[in-house]
Amino acid sequence: MSGPALHLAVEIDGDGAHPAAWRRATHSPDQLLTPRRVAGVAAVAENAGFTLVTLDDGVLPPGAAPDPVGRIGAVERAAFVAASTSTVGVAPVVSVTYAEPFHVSSQLASLDHISAGRAGWVVAEEERPEAARAWGRPPVADAEARARESRDGIEVARALWDSWEDDAVIRSVATSRYLDRDRLHYIDFTGETYAVKGPAIVPRPPQGQLVVLGRPDRVPAAQLDVGLVEGRDLASVARAAAAAGTPRVFAEVEVALDTPGATAAERVADLERHAAWSDRGRLRHIGSADQLVALLGELSRHLDGVRLHPLVLDEDLSVLSRLVLPALSERRLVARPLPGTSLRSTLGLERPANRYAVAATAAQEDAR
Amino acid sequence: MTRTDPLDVPRPHAQLHFGVFFQGVNHWTIWSAPGSGSQIDPASFRKVAQTAERGLFDAFFLGEGLRLREVDGRIHDLDVAGRPDAITQLAALAAVTRRIGLVSTSNSTFNEPADLARRLSGLDLLSEGRAGWNVVTTDNAWTGANFRRGGYLDHADRYRRAEEFLTVARALWDGWEDGAVADSATARAWSAPGAVRQVRHRGPQFDVDLAPTLPRSAQGHPVIFQAGDSGEGRDFAARNADVVFSAHGNDFDDALTFADDLRRRLRAVGRPDDDLRILPGTEIIIGATEEEAQEKKQWIRLQQVTPATALGIAGLLWGIDLSDRDADGPLPKEDPVVTENDGSFGARRIADPRAVVAEWRAKAEAHGWSLRETVIALGPQRGHVGTPSGLADKFAHFVRHGAVDGFNVTPYLIPDGLDDIVDLLVPELQERGIYRTEYSGTTLRENLGLREPLTRRSAPDRRQAG
Repeated sequence: MSGPALHLAVEIDGDGAHPAAWRRATHSPDQLLTPRRVAGVAAVAENAGFTLVTLDDGVLPPGAAPDPVGRIGAVERAAFVAASTSTVGVAPVVSVTYAEPFHVSSQLASLDHISAGRAGWVVAEEERPEAARAWGRPPVADAEARARESRDGIEVARALWDSWEDDAVIRSVATSRYLDRDRLHYIDFTGETYAVKGPAIVPRPPQGQLVVLGRPDRVPAAQLDVGLVEGRDLASVARAAAAAGTPRVFAEVEVALDTPGATAAERVADLERHAAWSDRGRLRHIGSADQLVALLGELSRHLDGVRLHPLVLDEDLSVLSRLVLPALSERRLVARPLPGTSLRSTLGLERPANRYAVAATAAQEDAR
Repeated sequence: MTRTDPLDVPRPHAQLHFGVFFQGVNHWTIWSAPGSGSQIDPASFRKVAQTAERGLFDAFFLGEGLRLREVDGRIHDLDVAGRPDAITQLAALAAVTRRIGLVSTSNSTFNEPADLARRLSGLDLLSEGRAGWNVVTTDNAWTGANFRRGGYLDHADRYRRAEEFLTVARALWDGWEDGAVADSATARAWSAPGAVRQVRHRGPQFDVDLAPTLPRSAQGHPVIFQAGDSGEGRDFAARNADVVFSAHGNDFDDALTFADDLRRRLRAVGRPDDDLRILPGTEIIIGATEEEAQEKKQWIRLQQVTPATALGIAGLLWGIDLSDRDADGPLPKEDPVVTENDGSFGARRIADPRAVVAEWRAKAEAHGWSLRETVIALGPQRGHVGTPSGLADKFAHFVRHGAVDGFNVTPYLIPDGLDDIVDLLVPELQERGIYRTEYSGTTLRENLGLREPLTRRSAPDRRQAG
């Protein structure tokens, strides 16, 4: 726990958390997959004072007809958002169930350079067998195997981020050397299903290690910076938070808020005529902004932050921005990120020492 | 060079196109000069891309290498290295540029179509039709050591896999009908029923079954670039590419021979022979006078070929470690060692070292050159050196005779290496009527003057093409 103030993250994929959210969006469906839309939503979140935006993703379509079936890749959107914002953290959802960990590591390290240290990674899994058919790879069939792929993928990505020491680029005119090869390291990872040699092709990210977020019940807590926990009520969320074992803990909270035009309940009912908002076992708030402020105040006693999943981005993000964040700010319940600050610093996490540099220093000391 | 009558040439109305290649790896990028900026700071990429856009360039181009280069089994430490993932960096540049094309070099061996085709589509949509893909292949297990699948690919299968990859990628890019997505939130469905087709492909390289998740961009498909120079590579380009990034742009006759060869190959596969743009990679060095330009070139070469780099290049040629020799002394006395594999990867390999060494000795003796001077004088002759007006005349000659459609410029200095070209050369080209004064379109395909993507042409167009 970093203190009483909450960090607020918001998931900004698509049109919102409800599969039929597009029906209440203020733009037409054919505007969803445009740069204007991608940058616009991120700008609202940044201006509102959110610590972090996350961007959901997967190799399969985000939904099924008659709901949206299109989605731009989260890493590409995150890079675009990073270049059009200055303060907010940016974390794509990326799974390593089938993807190449070497590519994922390079992409995320690049995102951290592009955003000057504002990047995070929400680790996810490709659960459906269709994902294996899309990739053209043998299915990673059960939960245990998926957990193994996540664990190995994170290990590879993190090792690659350390494979360049911070000062590996030396530009020594005297010796004609651009790199100090003693500060570059082969990772020589060998897992159950594959091996990766290294070093990375991208220099160490500005944050040293990106902020890695994920579910502590699926990923070893030691690999995570932020545990994302779930529970249908306050007590179960508090229990999950206490058991997480990660440096920071965020709760997943689904929100539908009263708007000037309709109550939250009416808006949910309107969308439920078209599709069901499936219960993922997460805390769900359907009501007023004031009630949400009170709930977040309660949560701040147990957690470092929450990740909000708004019912309809165009409606709920606006209420969050106009009413909820200002009220939290007034009560000093929310921590607003400062320009020029890395995501890691905003979350009160230290910049980690490089595992290889530490090993080299230790070896030197042993030799003395 | 004397000016020719602009109308008494094969292509009086030809236009020159420029791309810029931010290399990020190799000794041609000077890292030791006062103006040498960061190779990873996003500001360097932004500066180069925005300067190129100010100069009305068609494309900003990023390379890729999936393993750090090694010489004699050790990481090569003399040259710039460490670059961002291309598509990720280009997606960021899409937010801070408006018209320039954004071209990613991406490997068809160590990627899968579901992932890479989608990433390229995303870049294409975020840039509103400005994405390009330079298709490259790799076969070696050395690179494969960084990937799940390892270095399994047979050399002969490199282009087969690349071609099958493109087939699947194009099927994915063509998977959505035009206008598939509703234009009103009151529509009954987000996308029209049946407007998205499942892609099922079963071939020697890929066995996939998936729903494409993105519509086409304003330019239809990302523009396909290809750089392979072998006969196989040229045939691949003739069948698949929109732009060839060739190595034939220094000498006029060599450039024309290459261009004619490519046009012949295009006709052989039933495409119009103006269906490809030929943009050789080149370096452009500009001085106020011819003499100043030559002096600048000499300074640049000394920065590029440091004593250690000269010894490294000579070491590759001789097949022995020369790093303890004196680069400013004479050539090594030993004969070159010819081995099957010298343990070097990602660095240049030489076909017939004995013949090259013999030539080097003869010329070094005749001119009294040191080893470093020999490496500089006899290394690959790259690029064009001259005054703005002299270069403009030369480029007019190249483009009006169909030897090139333009150049993919490799700046020797990051991030300011394009400034002279944009400020001094471009106005001279414009004055000669061979360079645009504003972007003609909004997409990369439009600005390059290319036709529809190959799989999107109507039947009569295809017949015309035959």
